[in-house]
Amino acid sequence: MNQKQIIDQFPILKQKINQFPFVYFDNAATSQKPQMVIDRLVNYYSNFNSNIHRGVHKLSQQATDAYEHARMSVQKFIHASSSKEIIFTKGTTDSINLLAFSLGETFILEGDEIIVSELEHHSNIVPWQMLCERKKAILRVIPVTDEGELRMDEFVKLLNKQTRLVAIGHVSNALGTVNPVKEIIDLAHKNNSLVLIDGAQAVAHLKVDVQQLDCDFYAFSSHKMYGPMGVGVLFGKKELLEQLHPYQGGGEMIESVSFEKTIYNSLPFKFEAGTPNVADVLGFEAAIEFIQNEGIENLAAFENEVLSYASSELEKIGRIKIVGKAQNKAGVLSFLIEGIHPYDAGTILDQLGIAVRTGNHCAEPIMKRLGIRGTIRASFAAYNTKDEVDRMVRAIHKTIEMFS
Amino acid sequence: MSIQEKANEIVAEFALFDDWMDKYNYLIELGHSTPIIEEKYRNESYLINGCQSRVWISAEMVDGKMILKADSDAVITKGVVSLLIRVLSNEKPEDILGNELGFLDQIGLQEHLSPTRANGLRAMIQQIKLYAMASEARKK
Repeated sequence: MNQKQIIDQFPILKQKINQFPFVYFDNAATSQKPQMVIDRLVNYYSNFNSNIHRGVHKLSQQATDAYEHARMSVQKFIHASSSKEIIFTKGTTDSINLLAFSLGETFILEGDEIIVSELEHHSNIVPWQMLCERKKAILRVIPVTDEGELRMDEFVKLLNKQTRLVAIGHVSNALGTVNPVKEIIDLAHKNNSLVLIDGAQAVAHLKVDVQQLDCDFYAFSSHKMYGPMGVGVLFGKKELLEQLHPYQGGGEMIESVSFEKTIYNSLPFKFEAGTPNVADVLGFEAAIEFIQNEGIENLAAFENEVLSYASSELEKIGRIKIVGKAQNKAGVLSFLIEGIHPYDAGTILDQLGIAVRTGNHCAEPIMKRLGIRGTIRASFAAYNTKDEVDRMVRAIHKTIEMFS
Repeated sequence: MSIQEKANEIVAEFALFDDWMDKYNYLIELGHSTPIIEEKYRNESYLINGCQSRVWISAEMVDGKMILKADSDAVITKGVVSLLIRVLSNEKPEDILGNELGFLDQIGLQEHLSPTRANGLRAMIQQIKLYAMASEARKK
């Protein structure tokens, strides 16, 4: 397959930054959007905009059909058994907060334990800390090796009778480590513990099958997989979601309301209070279509080639330390330039038209564990090329020269 | 020299630069040459909060004027803060509070003023003005 055909679908990549061709290596923060996603948003507001589920008029019905069609596309994309298991949220963070609240209200008691890992993004730490504070539960942490891999031997030791939930990232946003989630899920289930997988960094790179994984919950965002911002998904097994207490109250999530007693709506609407983000959900569906048209394996092949090329080219520079050397990595290359603060390097790379992320990547605990304050992170999508990596390498040489 | 005169001097220096590279090379040079803050100030109390680079700013009153010193673990940040120090240090607190520091826009450092750049100029200026305000309050 021709990568140029993919690149050509992203209008934003055609621009120049500071007179240099734009190199976008900040895909772990958010990926760019193909024309078909942008068109879907414009088409919705030009032709279909209407509030859904209640209107009897034509546009409302069309918008409702389109919105529910998108839900089925998400269901197929992650291989869920029913579209009732797909709850639309604002994003991964919102999905995890929803779950932390609803699961907490339903299942978590004083003294219960929740396991996360040192690799987690703050979004998969703080909601659980807040829950632990509310319920006097205990947060346990799986340590990692110097390479950035989970210590599975320690994980097994953390599991006990009190473990209610294991909340773990599928792919680390800071180091790119692909965690052995299937093994974690199986071990947790043997211990009668539930599992949430934070898939924010995985869905654009790996084929996700929630039935094969057998995870209880899976959270992810549209905007990191070529779709619009403001939309995410919480997948949950139907029998669990049915038991959970609702998160927010309001319109849409109710069956009937009276001052004496309110009856909640059925799944998935029980968890979707208020007018949903219809336009962006439809854009999200277009992003799924984009991935399916190209084939996620093909997209991943381009990324993996660029990731391994970038890793070896950076090693050649000499003064580079790659942070995170897990056997299995996806999409992310974190590194340091000896003697140069990541912020300084990021500033000069930006001047040279190269967008990378610097700092702690909302993952302070893993930075602390590795004894650093932050890294420079290049993160890749299917439109990135080896030629762009070469340009980054030249820019790094220039940066080193400027600071020496 | 007044605050305004010092600011004008910096604007004139930056006007000589042909491109961004000269400008950043100059900031890097300033970053390397800024007087390093005394060790006793390199602690949490003098740290400007943020998640990118760390910046420490100290202020001492000598003969009614505020002596400012600063340090950062990032060189460009140190260069940027050194421009502020050059303009504002050794001035009366009331003069520090009265200056709008428009020169920062004129030398094209707007990107460092964006509210998302934690540890950017905005937070540094705020901290210096807080020191000046506290000193003014003590006088009254």
